[in-house]
Amino acid sequence: MKNKENILLNIKDLHVWYKVYGGYLKVLNSVHLIVREGERVGLVGETGCGKTTTMKSILQILPPGDFYIPQGQIFYKGRDVLKMSFKEIQRLRSREIAMIFQDPTAALNPVFTIGNQIGDVIKYSAAFAGGMHKEKIKMRSIKALKEVYLPDPERMCINYPFQLSGGMRQRVCIAMAISSPRNLLIADEPGTSLDVTIQDQIHRLLNELVEKRNTAIILITHSLGVAREMTDRIYVMYAGTIVETATPEILFKNPFHPYTKGLLASVPRISGGGMTQGIPGKLPSYLNPPSGCRFQPRCEQERPICSEEPPQLFEIEKDHLVACYLTQR
Amino acid sequence: MEQATNNEILKIEKLKKYFCIGKDKRGLIYVRAVDGVTFNIKHGETLGLVGESGSGKSTIAYTVVGMYRPTSGQITFKDKNIGIEAARRPLSSKKEIQIVFQDPGSSLNPRQTIKQILTLPLRIHTQIPKRQFQEKIVELLEKVELSPDYLYKSPPSIGGGEKQMVAIARAMASNPSVIILDEPTSALDVSIQAKIINKLIDLQKEMSLTYLFITHDLSLMRNVANRIAIMYLGKICEVAESVTFFEKPLHPYTQMLISSVPVVTKEEEDLKPQKIISTGEIPSPVNIPPGCSFHLRCPYKMPICSKVDPEMIEFSPGHMVRCHLFAKPDNKKIIKE
Repeated sequence: MKNKENILLNIKDLHVWYKVYGGYLKVLNSVHLIVREGERVGLVGETGCGKTTTMKSILQILPPGDFYIPQGQIFYKGRDVLKMSFKEIQRLRSREIAMIFQDPTAALNPVFTIGNQIGDVIKYSAAFAGGMHKEKIKMRSIKALKEVYLPDPERMCINYPFQLSGGMRQRVCIAMAISSPRNLLIADEPGTSLDVTIQDQIHRLLNELVEKRNTAIILITHSLGVAREMTDRIYVMYAGTIVETATPEILFKNPFHPYTKGLLASVPRISGGGMTQGIPGKLPSYLNPPSGCRFQPRCEQERPICSEEPPQLFEIEKDHLVACYLTQR
Repeated sequence: MEQATNNEILKIEKLKKYFCIGKDKRGLIYVRAVDGVTFNIKHGETLGLVGESGSGKSTIAYTVVGMYRPTSGQITFKDKNIGIEAARRPLSSKKEIQIVFQDPGSSLNPRQTIKQILTLPLRIHTQIPKRQFQEKIVELLEKVELSPDYLYKSPPSIGGGEKQMVAIARAMASNPSVIILDEPTSALDVSIQAKIINKLIDLQKEMSLTYLFITHDLSLMRNVANRIAIMYLGKICEVAESVTFFEKPLHPYTQMLISSVPVVTKEEEDLKPQKIISTGEIPSPVNIPPGCSFHLRCPYKMPICSKVDPEMIEFSPGHMVRCHLFAKPDNKKIIKE
């Protein structure tokens, strides 16, 4: 049995820059993230705050030649991903970590059948353990499709992605991710392009599969409500930095960082109560980000020290870390 | 009663919009995007139209502004029938009904400056002399809290929230009385969404506007709309005041929708109907199931549901529902515990 205390993934002080005309976009600025075995972690933040960049850097699928990692380490099971050889990264991608992308339509190849595409995943995953027979691959694909409750999996295998609805396509993507045993699942906004009822189904399905297999999951989302219902621990991200991390119970009861508070207040409630003013301002430019805390230009409680040096994560109570100078009263 | 009818600014009766998509042995194949929808909007109110994608919300919006000609049915605006295509509508009614689209990135011309974008409605719909355009545009921008610096910027160079503000300013330019908001904030982040929604509420009070607010976000609806109508496969299945709507949802589909909303507080969780969990998907509008279109996903399915399409009934004043569960007066039961 896996131990929930064992650290599976540990991102330490990760910086990622993108090359653009006129300099570097300093997107990630000191990201710290820990995922334990079998843990469900949520990564919450608004559009363009670096959630997907973080995940892509774990799998090393950032656009080749366009990025630069000045410092940082990503430890997966104690080994630094950034120092791995190509062969080892291939193994990591095909046997250890699986990713589910936001848009299932773009993630599936329109000219190959579903069976073909799932079969490929199983085939390459098995290639590291001596390969697998064709018939067995087919059986495994059907089993995976069954597990995500797709009707008539045998027929589904000979269908093309365009013949399925959005929710069914996302189920196929999940089936691909779980078709071979993995230790970590990265779900990048799996329900965002779908309707609420379908989103709810997809999330429940993911939860069920993760629990059954004791797989760790990183759920990227921009919705605090989804993170609350789906995860054991939430990381809140703003402009390439982790600003706050806590368990959902703590985070929703007493959020500390001004950004978390603002974000939480902006969510409309089904119990009514009107709308709040939101957070004034907008994301800073990554070309010349603020030198200190990146939230400081939008923050209402800023102090002189905020624009000097970026704050470090500080534990204000158990399991509750905040990167803000307000912690030092 | 008479007062109430005078109050109605927009009335939609038995509106149908079919799209022909092909031909087979039995004749033409239609997508029944909107299939007999009746509702009305009172002056100064916000009606929320909620539904999944493919339920025909946007088709209603486009038909009301005149981008589509209705297959049948009537659209009455201030006691005048405008259920004809836009080319044959009087200019005065076009001026009165404006629309804000979902994605500001594609509804604003990227090659035009903000000034050019806002000039067009002024030139067509108002009698303002040309030399006062500049002044009027600055005034419009001020209304949506944008500084005059934006005049000569082009849409790709500004943020998503600001683009949507420009789109709102464009809709306001002709001084309309009804604005159709077709998912105005679904492409934006929550912190920006809150700002835009607040602005819209302020403008509504200031200019006594009537909104038809289309969205798939129920929790947003709760805070914006006075009344909510739920659509499923081209038909409206429940209409109610927004407060009663969340306290006492009747239609099983409504309950399914509310129970799927991700929430952030304990208080909200208590509001969710616990019994219904969502199953299945919305069928294709080409093959709408016979009888009640929801019966394939409904947990309270009865034999009658697959045969007879239910009628809209008034469950309590202002609360309409289209479901067999509430058909007979003695059969009134509320499913929500």
